[in-house]
Amino acid sequence: MYKVDNRGYYGKFGGAYIPELLHPCVEELKQNYEKIISESDFKKEFDQLLSDYVGRPTPLYFAKRFSEHYQANIYLKREDLCHTGAHKVNNTIGQILLAKRLNKKRIIAETGAGQHGVATATVCALMGIECIVYMGEKDIERQAPNVKRMKMLGAEVRPALSGSKTLKDATNEAIRDWINHPNDTHYIIGSVVGPHPYPEMVAKFQSVISAEMKKQLMEKTGNENPDIIVACVGGGSNAAGAFYHYLNNKNTRLIAVEAAGLGIHSGETAATSVIGSEGIIHGSRTLLMQTSDGQIVEPYSISAGLDYPGIGPLHAHLISSGRAEATSITDDEALKSAFFLSRKEGIIPALESAHAFAAMEKLEYKKNDTIVINLSGRGDKDLETYTKHFDRFA
Amino acid sequence: MNRIKSLFKNKEKNILNIYFTAGHPNLNDTEIIIKTLAEAGTDLIEIGMPYSDPLADGLTIQQSSSVALRNGMNLDLLFSQIKNARKHTEVPLVLMGYFNQVFQYGVEKFIAACKSSGVDGLILPDLPLYEYERDLKNYFEENDIAISFLITPLTEEYRVRKIDELSNGFIYMVSSNATTGGTEDSNEKQIKYYERIHNMNLETPRLIGFGISDFNSFSKACKYANGAIIGSAFIRALEKGTKLENTIKNFVAGIRNKKLV
Ligand SMILES: Cc1ncc(COP(=O)(O)O)c(C=O)c1O
Repeated sequence: MYKVDNRGYYGKFGGAYIPELLHPCVEELKQNYEKIISESDFKKEFDQLLSDYVGRPTPLYFAKRFSEHYQANIYLKREDLCHTGAHKVNNTIGQILLAKRLNKKRIIAETGAGQHGVATATVCALMGIECIVYMGEKDIERQAPNVKRMKMLGAEVRPALSGSKTLKDATNEAIRDWINHPNDTHYIIGSVVGPHPYPEMVAKFQSVISAEMKKQLMEKTGNENPDIIVACVGGGSNAAGAFYHYLNNKNTRLIAVEAAGLGIHSGETAATSVIGSEGIIHGSRTLLMQTSDGQIVEPYSISAGLDYPGIGPLHAHLISSGRAEATSITDDEALKSAFFLSRKEGIIPALESAHAFAAMEKLEYKKNDTIVINLSGRGDKDLETYTKHFDRFA
Repeated sequence: MNRIKSLFKNKEKNILNIYFTAGHPNLNDTEIIIKTLAEAGTDLIEIGMPYSDPLADGLTIQQSSSVALRNGMNLDLLFSQIKNARKHTEVPLVLMGYFNQVFQYGVEKFIAACKSSGVDGLILPDLPLYEYERDLKNYFEENDIAISFLITPLTEEYRVRKIDELSNGFIYMVSSNATTGGTEDSNEKQIKYYERIHNMNLETPRLIGFGISDFNSFSKACKYANGAIIGSAFIRALEKGTKLENTIKNFVAGIRNKKLV
């Protein structure tokens, strides 16, 4: 029911709205990826790297003090403990192994916060493949530490100078690069967005999160099904991974947390499922923020990783069909919850993940419900932002 | 009869199609650009609907689109400008843009606006063939609005056949696998591609576009197709020129290798 159909649709969302110029690239991937990722040598290499290099399985941690505060049994899925500091690397490991098998000599990627850029630069270094990361000129300024990490790893960071000079434009530039290099290049998209087969492929690579969660919950609670799973949604890859193996289990509620920025109706927001409408962005029919003329509206969030004007088509389908519940969190609510989690549990979350934690303030749940919050990344990259707001929240 | 179809019926060679972005350089240049291009001997005019995220376009068209949007261009205004331009000329007009623009405006409303303002055809590079065939084809045909799909050097033969079947008016033959305004493939590679497509004996006429910029590249393209499309080079000329009408006349004369004004 939540599986993608053969044209790449989840319900009415998805598909591949791409210029003919991109058709051969996307078609090659579509024709080959399922076969490649189901081969035993691929699976073996993928699993091995996830365990020895990324450090999986990541712990499922019972957050005792946080649970006491909210009167629920709250577990944190510790994607922040992955190598490079976020869930993004689960996908880049999968895609680099795929690129190798497709004989690609050159990797391109887009990045907003720089986490996906770092995860891509990392796997390219690991495999000795050339890596070019497109990043909005504005993001290069506001995420300087990750730019340095990418360079140290040997990647070339190319500023996206078009449009609003952020993630959406970095994605456009990466797509244009792919159009101009159709033979030797693989494009590692960083979320469950883009034309089919990307959303499903990235969700599959990230689904290791919920596969582990099931096992770990069984061991810890005797029941593999939590009452609620909470995850933040930029494009939606960590959420897709955390929801994946629970999609058909209606007893587990799925909460998708978007960034409200300065407030849903402030004009400075990234709460796509609330103020967005159906349309096409980066080759996919989904929900996005746009004008009545179909011009894509620039989003805003304090968190560069959630600062995207669309959501992946799977999430558009889950939310509009009622399977997932969407909620949104402002900059201030996220900041407040980042400080709260740091003091309660000794864990500094990424600003993106802090949105998921803040959702606890709004969520309706029963006392003693089992809740899993996907802690998608660690907060080192956001320290400068946190420091700026120290006086208000510490 | 649809003006694009009658053009190709009456003229088989050296068809010159010039692209400009509506709202660029100035918001209200549309009418004068269309009128002057037509008078200067352009056979077909392609009007770009400026888009925030033009994926298939290189820097020149991206920047002209940003300028046009900043100038305040929108679809209602564009349709009214085109309606005014239609008073001066019967030159075939094609709108080029991205499917989301049509989708948001509403497909039915969009086609109706094309019809009433005098637009003859559409180019929507990111509209999937299957979606056109399943949901839109009947509607385009009922209203006699033509559609042109793109082929590239990497388009497989079965797709070229399908695109030939679905396109009417003309097929947009992209010269090399690159975004608009990019450099061309090597001569040899390109000619092999042009000949391969030529030998397929397609039903629909072909115009070659992307990277065509002057008399030489236009003439070469015309050897292998019914004509060619010039976009980025014209936009750069508009940006450099001082007096719009003279710039346009000189540009077209340059392509046709005629004496300059
Ligand atoms: C830590 C972290 N969480 C979440 C996201 C948002 O991406 P997605 O919605 O694809 O999980 C990012 C993106 O940069 C991130 O770095």
